[in-house]
Amino acid sequence: MNGAATDARRLRKEASASRLRFYGVWLAAGAALIVLPLIFSTGGALTAFSLIGIAGVFALSYNILLGQTGLLSFGHAVHYGLGAFAAVHAMNAIVSRGWPVPLPFVPLVGGIGGLAFAVAFGWLITKRAGTAFAMISLGIGELVASSSLILRSVFGGESGVTTDRTALPHIFGWSFGPQLQVYYLIAFWAMASAIAMYALTRTPFGRVCNAVRDNPERVEFIGYNPHVVRFLAYAFAGFFAGLAGGLAAINFEIANSAYLGASQSGYVLFAAFIGGTAHFFGPILGAVLVTFLQLKLSDVTAVWQLYFGVVFIGIVVFAPGGVAGLIMMHRPLVRTGTLTMVIPSYLAAAVPTLALALGVILSIETVARYTANQDQSNVINLLGVPFDATRPWTWGIAAILVVAGFLAARLSWRRVAEAWDRAAAVARSREQLA
Amino acid sequence: MLELIVISTLNGVQFGMLLFLLSSGLTLIFSMMGVLNFAHASFYMLGAFFGYQLTRWIGFWPALVVAPLLVGAVGMAVERYGLRNAHKHGHVAELLLTFGLAFAIEEIVSMIWGKSPVDYRVPAALDFPAFTIFSTNYPAYKIFILAVSAAVFVGLLIVLKATRVGLIVQAALTHPNMVGHLGHNVGRVFMLVFGVGSALAGLAGVIAGPSLVTQSDMAALLGPILFVVIVFGGLGSLPGAFVASLLIGLIQTFAVALNGSLASAFGPLDPSLGPSVVTDVWNVTIAQIAPILPYVLLVAILIVRPMGLLGTRET
Repeated sequence: MNGAATDARRLRKEASASRLRFYGVWLAAGAALIVLPLIFSTGGALTAFSLIGIAGVFALSYNILLGQTGLLSFGHAVHYGLGAFAAVHAMNAIVSRGWPVPLPFVPLVGGIGGLAFAVAFGWLITKRAGTAFAMISLGIGELVASSSLILRSVFGGESGVTTDRTALPHIFGWSFGPQLQVYYLIAFWAMASAIAMYALTRTPFGRVCNAVRDNPERVEFIGYNPHVVRFLAYAFAGFFAGLAGGLAAINFEIANSAYLGASQSGYVLFAAFIGGTAHFFGPILGAVLVTFLQLKLSDVTAVWQLYFGVVFIGIVVFAPGGVAGLIMMHRPLVRTGTLTMVIPSYLAAAVPTLALALGVILSIETVARYTANQDQSNVINLLGVPFDATRPWTWGIAAILVVAGFLAARLSWRRVAEAWDRAAAVARSREQLA
Repeated sequence: MLELIVISTLNGVQFGMLLFLLSSGLTLIFSMMGVLNFAHASFYMLGAFFGYQLTRWIGFWPALVVAPLLVGAVGMAVERYGLRNAHKHGHVAELLLTFGLAFAIEEIVSMIWGKSPVDYRVPAALDFPAFTIFSTNYPAYKIFILAVSAAVFVGLLIVLKATRVGLIVQAALTHPNMVGHLGHNVGRVFMLVFGVGSALAGLAGVIAGPSLVTQSDMAALLGPILFVVIVFGGLGSLPGAFVASLLIGLIQTFAVALNGSLASAFGPLDPSLGPSVVTDVWNVTIAQIAPILPYVLLVAILIVRPMGLLGTRET
């Protein structure tokens, strides 16, 4: 009797602790969004934060499809682009008609733009799941992107449609001219959308989406129509992608057909998958990572997109859970204090893996410099060591690094797996005791 | 008018057969492994660039044989070391792997050969007009493309229907485990089919390269049309892929040749209306909407028959 009472109290205490932790994470994220621009106040940092906010909403909306409902879309940028166009046209209309709508409400128009397309065509697109859905989304994406070049009066042809965000009615005395104010607008909507999308995953609808992803046949048996569920998920994803597009339109003050295109769809897929689709925060991580790489890597190397592809392939083959999956894998080990059992093997594996990575980088750069036009310098600066792409020993070093690094890495990662199994076994037994 | 019909039919059949060279390999790979190879059009591009490079080194005719073999080898390596590892994570992982590959191959090609078109010419032996029809010289090279694709089509049909290898492949399509129990190495069959499919795509690239533009975005341009073809024909159906290839080849070729628009048929709109969506649609020519016609067909088939023209699979 007494034991049961203490058990209940312990459970209640644990529940309230986890709830505290849960709200703490969200509050910390909100506080970070407010404080970040005060710490890193340079123009470049503000631009980067704004881009990350937009990419984050976009990637999260993509994950409603891929992660939650198991729909792999190759045409998600359609909603993003249409949202951007809706927002730009709305902004121009607000200015020319003199409507009293301030800028912070414009992203909603973008969202409605994305939603409208999703509702109009979603039923058709979500008729089939799996590979067929992937192909259909690709086809529809191409259809919209090509049509946008024909319907010049709406999409402005190659140059796009421009707007002026400062011409809209001001609110709280904010003109939204400075990037800082735009950042806070984006941060607000990013936070609000993230909360809304997280809440969506906790609703019964969100759970049915997961069920449709895992076993559509049984979903049908319990009385849901998977097609309807897919359609609704598609509509939600379309809305939030459109909202992200609206934010992008505000940030860049332009919308053009590149927003709708296949490469934009590819980047959101990269962001969501590299971040990890199985956890809610994965796509956010991915958006941060991909945007950061996009900004920084393009300064360092001319073939930065190739590195994107290589990283993506690496994630698909070796860590399909993405970065978030890798992080969350370690949770039971941290909780039971067995993490120390795997760290030595990690350190041992790090050396050959790093050698392999350097070898791959050196090979790519060597080939790139060797074949590129003569105006580019042939000297590669890798970790402060200059390599001349035209010298044979550079090619030799690259080959040795790749081959030796690969062989050693394969051995050492096998050791990691063994250490991991031991640690996981210990962790399991400790959790059972507790 | 008759001239336009004859020439466009010839061109359309030629483009359609070229599409079939690609879609047949893609369909075989899909029906066997359940993997939609997103990088299939990239193998086609690799074929074109290998063909270009080898033509410069050893001449066109050796390149015609060597380049597809090289592409086939690349394909087999992708299957053996990439897809087989990704297989345990499911079909989405496999599809994403090929998507990443397509992305990487495009970047590698533009890194090595640059982003502008390379000078890949029709070989001198085939650079003459085959016949003159209504004052138009029809190039012999296009006949050559037609002949090669038709030969591959017939060869594929014979191999699949009349040889022991084809029998095993067909059996492995539907009952991979049973074929394995009978002592055949299913993994090797898969790798072989993937290699042959990639080699066919490479061959298409080698022969199409001089006729179309050999450029690093050729995969991105053709890929989506290819996927429309196999969804339209019905995923996993070889006859469906054949019909859809010809149909889309013909439709696109005819559309490009036609210059009519609503404005030319019914007269221009009242200019006082100003520019709007209506005037855009009114003035656009059929040639201008040619690139979107395959996707319109895709939407149409989804409404009428979601599993595709001759498809039987639901997913």
